[in-house]
Amino acid sequence: MDDLSLGERLRQRGVSRRGFMKFCAATASMMALPPMMIPKIAAALEQAKRPSVIWLSFQECTGCTESLTRSHAPSIEGLIFDHISLDYHHTLQAASGDAAEHAREEAMQANWGEYLLVVDGSIPLGANGNYSAIAGISNLDMLKECAEGAAAIVSVGTCAAYGGLPMANPNPTDAVAVADIIDDKPIVNVPGCPPIPTVITGVLAHFLTFGRLPELDGLGRPKAFFGQSIHDRCYRRPFYERGQFAETFDDEGARKGWCLFKLGCKGPTTYNACATAKWNEGTSWPVEAGHGCIGCSEPRFWDAGSFYQALSVPFRDVGDTILAAGTAGLAVGAAAAVWNRKRKADAREKRDTITIKDLSKES
Amino acid sequence: MDANELLAWARGPGFDIALTIFVAGMLLRLFEVMALGKKPDLSAARGSGAQGGMRTLVARTLPRKSVFDKEPLRIINGYVLHIGFFIVLFLYEPHIALFDRALGISWPGLPSGLIDAIGAITILSLIAALVFRLNNTVMRFLTTKGDWLAWAVTLLPVLTGYMAYNHLLLPYTLMLALHLLSVELLMVVAPFTKLTHMFSFATARWYQGYQAGRRGVES
Repeated sequence: MDDLSLGERLRQRGVSRRGFMKFCAATASMMALPPMMIPKIAAALEQAKRPSVIWLSFQECTGCTESLTRSHAPSIEGLIFDHISLDYHHTLQAASGDAAEHAREEAMQANWGEYLLVVDGSIPLGANGNYSAIAGISNLDMLKECAEGAAAIVSVGTCAAYGGLPMANPNPTDAVAVADIIDDKPIVNVPGCPPIPTVITGVLAHFLTFGRLPELDGLGRPKAFFGQSIHDRCYRRPFYERGQFAETFDDEGARKGWCLFKLGCKGPTTYNACATAKWNEGTSWPVEAGHGCIGCSEPRFWDAGSFYQALSVPFRDVGDTILAAGTAGLAVGAAAAVWNRKRKADAREKRDTITIKDLSKES
Repeated sequence: MDANELLAWARGPGFDIALTIFVAGMLLRLFEVMALGKKPDLSAARGSGAQGGMRTLVARTLPRKSVFDKEPLRIINGYVLHIGFFIVLFLYEPHIALFDRALGISWPGLPSGLIDAIGAITILSLIAALVFRLNNTVMRFLTTKGDWLAWAVTLLPVLTGYMAYNHLLLPYTLMLALHLLSVELLMVVAPFTKLTHMFSFATARWYQGYQAGRRGVES
């Protein structure tokens, strides 16, 4: 660990007190903490020493790292990340080969029990875990080894959090999420394909401030960022309420910015902070750009039907189902009709003839 | 199985199964009834059967004064229930998207907020229908298990839809999945309860109206 505190390092970098407090306030509001927590965050971050972070990349596309490196660099979030000790990260570290692996082992030994383990990508279990390996060590073994000495694990991206694209049907590598393997460490999921940079740094800031992970929902996500659906925070929501929908991507409704539900927006079932945090330094986000949410931060989003079909419609074209079921219904109906007629005929044939005499009281 | 998986099942295999049973079951029931046939009527027609059929279709949609005067609230509630259910089912945009996907036809819908209010009224109306039934000794006596079932599977889709829209009790995704499953339950149960009246009301009225019209009597 470094001797300089975060506050000292930021001042060295020329970050003003005002800029630092603004970041603390933004972090507090993003994490839905009361304003009185701002000084506490500031004090904690001011004193925070650089924690060691080991970042493992498994079956992934590096999109999560791409997202992280765009956290408004060189903003204060970027600097915060600069000021954790990122001791191992394939894509970002200078070392390679044996030297890289040594860096990981050294960091683990020096900070045993205290380092943060960040994982992106899913872990293949198929073929004894041999679908993906780093330096001859399978992802499965490396995860188990690194998780043992970690204080906590952050599963960054939908692949690490829920299996993501590698786990999509037919899941050829038998991919699983981090939480499917590790069950004795605190794990926080930061899903998204990719996740929002400020959410990644926000979770790390929370860990630095409070020394523990933020409050999580049923899917292991920080409630502060994933507590509300895209739909509920969407600026196009009023159009949904008024029943004004874009029917195609270039009709009048689309040009007027109406609701994208009918074009397949998964906003109602997707819990993420895109609508409020936005992307690219708060420039825009998918729905603002005119495309519905694809639900990338939800488990199994890839297998949840077409991105372009409304949430309320069935996956398959049902025309053939209706035809087949209708034919079957008529066939059974015809059989039932024949049987009914036979019963009627039988009854007529076998009935006893009743005469007036049978009904008379004397008989 | 989490909420997303449940929703995927409801939108995938679940819907296919329910639709198959619904379509096959309804056609089976209707065809079976119609195939019973009737004996040829050899008498000379005194009026038009078709006219009588049309007239009865309309006449039985309107309240009969003698009945209305006895229990106006129950009759009005029946209208509220049916019209409310119709509006919610056919004029909510996400539902229209479903019909568009399944049948390739669509029509304009109403604002979602208005549907929400009508949904609430429909739920209250369904509850009122139950209260009327429970409070009336004769009706209670005549009620079969199938009637209770029909009431429950009609209420569930409206209730879960309302709760999903308003984020009540359960997370939206799970409630939406339950909503779809409740609709599928309705589709599975409908052909085998008195809910077949969603189609047979027309054939039954036409048949009786036709008979009456042909004989030149009112129906």
